[in-house]
This record gives sequence, C-alpha cells and structure tokens, in this order.
Amino acid sequence: MSHLDRLRAVFRMALNLPPDTDVDGLEYRAIPQWDSLAHMALIAAMEDEFSVMIDTDEMIDMSSFAKAAELLEKHGIGAAAL
Amino acid sequence: MASARPPSDPPTARVALVTGSTRGIGRAVAATLASRGHMVVVHGRDDERASKAAAELAAETGGTIDPVAGDVGDPAQVSAVMRRVHQRHGRLDALVVNAGVHEAALLGMTGSATIDHLFQVNAVGAAHTLQAALGLLRRGRSPAVVLTASVMGRSGGPGQAVYSATKAAVIGLTLAAAKELGPAGVRVNAVAPGYIRTDLLGTLDDDARAAVVAATPLGRLGEPADVAEAVAFLLSPQARFVTGQVLGVDGGLVW
Ligand SMILES: NC(=O)c1ccc[n+]([C@@H]2O[C@H](COP(=O)([O-])OP(=O)(O)OC[C@H]3O[C@@H](n4cnc5c(N)ncnc54)[C@H](OP(=O)(O)O)[C@@H]3O)[C@@H](O)[C@H]2O)c1
Repeated sequence: MSHLDRLRAVFRMALNLPPDTDVDGLEYRAIPQWDSLAHMALIAAMEDEFSVMIDTDEMIDMSSFAKAAELLEKHGIGAAAL
Repeated sequence: MASARPPSDPPTARVALVTGSTRGIGRAVAATLASRGHMVVVHGRDDERASKAAAELAAETGGTIDPVAGDVGDPAQVSAVMRRVHQRHGRLDALVVNAGVHEAALLGMTGSATIDHLFQVNAVGAAHTLQAALGLLRRGRSPAVVLTASVMGRSGGPGQAVYSATKAAVIGLTLAAAKELGPAGVRVNAVAPGYIRTDLLGTLDDDARAAVVAATPLGRLGEPADVAEAVAFLLSPQARFVTGQVLGVDGGLVW
C-alpha cells in the first residue's frame, strides 16, 4: 500500500468515517467528525502508523488531508503526489 | 522513519526524562529513578554538562543513563529534545518537569529581563515541555508526569513575587493537565518543595538559613533526596489513583 493510501486509511479510522469515504479534500473542522479531540487522535494514529513524531506547531498547521500528506513528506515519507 | 531503540534499553525498564537534572533536585530524582531500574534521560542546557552528569550517575547507580541538552525556554530546543528521546527510546513512561531558575527581587526592583527570564524558563518552559512530550507519553506504559512547583507558588514570600507567580503557573498547569490527560491514562501531579539545599539557594545567607530552619517544624533544610523520594512515589504504581495533586515537601514550613 502506498503511503498515501495508508494515510487515507488512518484518516478514515481515526475520524470514524465509512471505508469508502473520499478523504483527499478533507479540511479540519469542515466535518463534525474532525473536531479538536479527533485531531489529537488523528495525530496519534499518524505517529503510530508512520513512526514519526509530530510536534506542536506541525499539529496546529495540519489543517487538511493535503497538509497531512505534506507533513509526511517533510518527515521523509513518500512524495505528496496528490 | 522507524524509531531506533538502543539495544541497551532493558525491555522492562521504565523510560524517564528528568529536565534540569545536571545537578540539584533533578539530579537526585535521576539518581533515585535510575537506582530503581528506570532508564533515565538526564537533561540540562549544555551537552557537555549533561553528558558529564549522565556518566557520573551511571557510575553511581549502575543504571542506564542517556544525556540530552536544550534550553526549555526555547520551544524549538524542547522539540529537538523530544525528537531525540523518540529516536532513542520511542516513548516516555515518566516525565519530570523540573528545570527551573530562581531570582529573589523586591517588587518595584525587579527588572523586566528578570521577569521575562523567570517566566520563560519556569512557566513557559514547563508548558512547552509537557506539551511536546505528549506524543511520547501517549506511547508510554502507565505514563505519569511530575512537575516541580514550589512552596512559593502556594504561599508566596517577600522578595519572591515573580518567582512565586511562575510556580503558581506550574500548579495551574498541573491541575488542568491532570483533568485533560486523565482520560488518556496520563497522571499529572506536582511537588512543592520548601527550602532545599541546592545551588539555587546559594544566595541564602546564614541568618536567612537560620530563619528558614526556625520556621520549619522538622527543624532542618530539605535535601534533594527528600524531594526525589516524593517524585519517585508520584511516578510509581503505588500512586496509580493519584492525579491532580500538589504534594508539599517542605518539612511543614510555616512561613
Ligand atoms: N532548591 C530549592 O529550595 C527549591 C525549592 C522549591 C522549588 N525548587 C525548584 O526545583 C527545581 C530544581 O531546582 P534546584 O534547586 O535543583 O536548582 P539547581 O540546582 O540550580 O538546578 C537547576 C537545573 O535546571 C537546569 N536548567 C536551568 N535553566 C535551564 C533552562 N533554561 N533549560 C534547561 N535546563 C535548565 C540546570 O541545568 P544546567 O545549568 O546544566 O543547564 C540544572 O540542572 C526548579 O524548578 C526550582 O524552581 C527548588
């Protein structure tokens, strides 16, 4: 599975979304499931899936799926080919 | 980027980071935890001092000690410290937010640089440290945090207004964090030491020392090891239902 597919799976799992949800255009707080508490769970799930450590400023900046993909790239995981 | 754990990490050892542990209270906490089987990360501002303290503590306790350096007043350096812990150990089971500075000055005579420095290290530094460690604590086993406040943060003292304010901030941080992180299984407590014999009390003259002892029902200044025992208890499974508490370690000081 590509890193982006793994990221999509992490988003669906952490935000409790149905398995076929298109998450590529998702933005923070644009849907009720992605609130501030879910954001913490999402970050934790990303850290676990990709064995990275995301710091506070990165956490605050991660305002969309696209930004999450960029963040992974910054941590040396894949290229954000969205 | 996989987290590389050094082969020296004993599999059952709890991983503890003690900020400000090159000397004083933090060093005593590091020694106590190491002698009880923790894998301890020793910390100070300077690489060389941290490495020296780590080597000495390893020799004294026979424990596994890892040094790390960074100024807690600088959020970027705090993040770098946590990244280093992540790379080397992958998690934190115990965090002691202890790094701190002290300066006594009367109100009206406290320069703005002093006010900024005391808040930046003691209060802002504590908030950054706790926040930056959350990802590591979340991966920890029965994770627990202890912050070093001070008797001054609860009762204040003349010449201690700004220092006391910074320590009151540490207490507020402790109480709120305990509520916020309890549901995630992270316990958060504080110790509030009285007068403890460390470099920080270097400015206390003989008369002031005698006055402190006279105001202390247990009749002496505290030792760093007295505080270390309280911290070790709060981090231990014996304190598994204790969170959001501020434990005085002050010999009963009535000031
Ligand atoms: N001693 C007392 O009577 C007393 C009473 C109540 C509360 N406390 C509190 O207990 C804690 C420890 O005090 P102590 O008496 O052990 O003091 P200390 O002997 O002066 O040690 C202070 C420690 O903090 C580190 N540190 C200082 N500024 C730092 C910074 N900006 N970034 C990172 N590390 C820093 C120092 O490391 P380097 O110098 O190597 O960088 C050192 O390891 C403090 O929070 C203090 O407010 C002390």
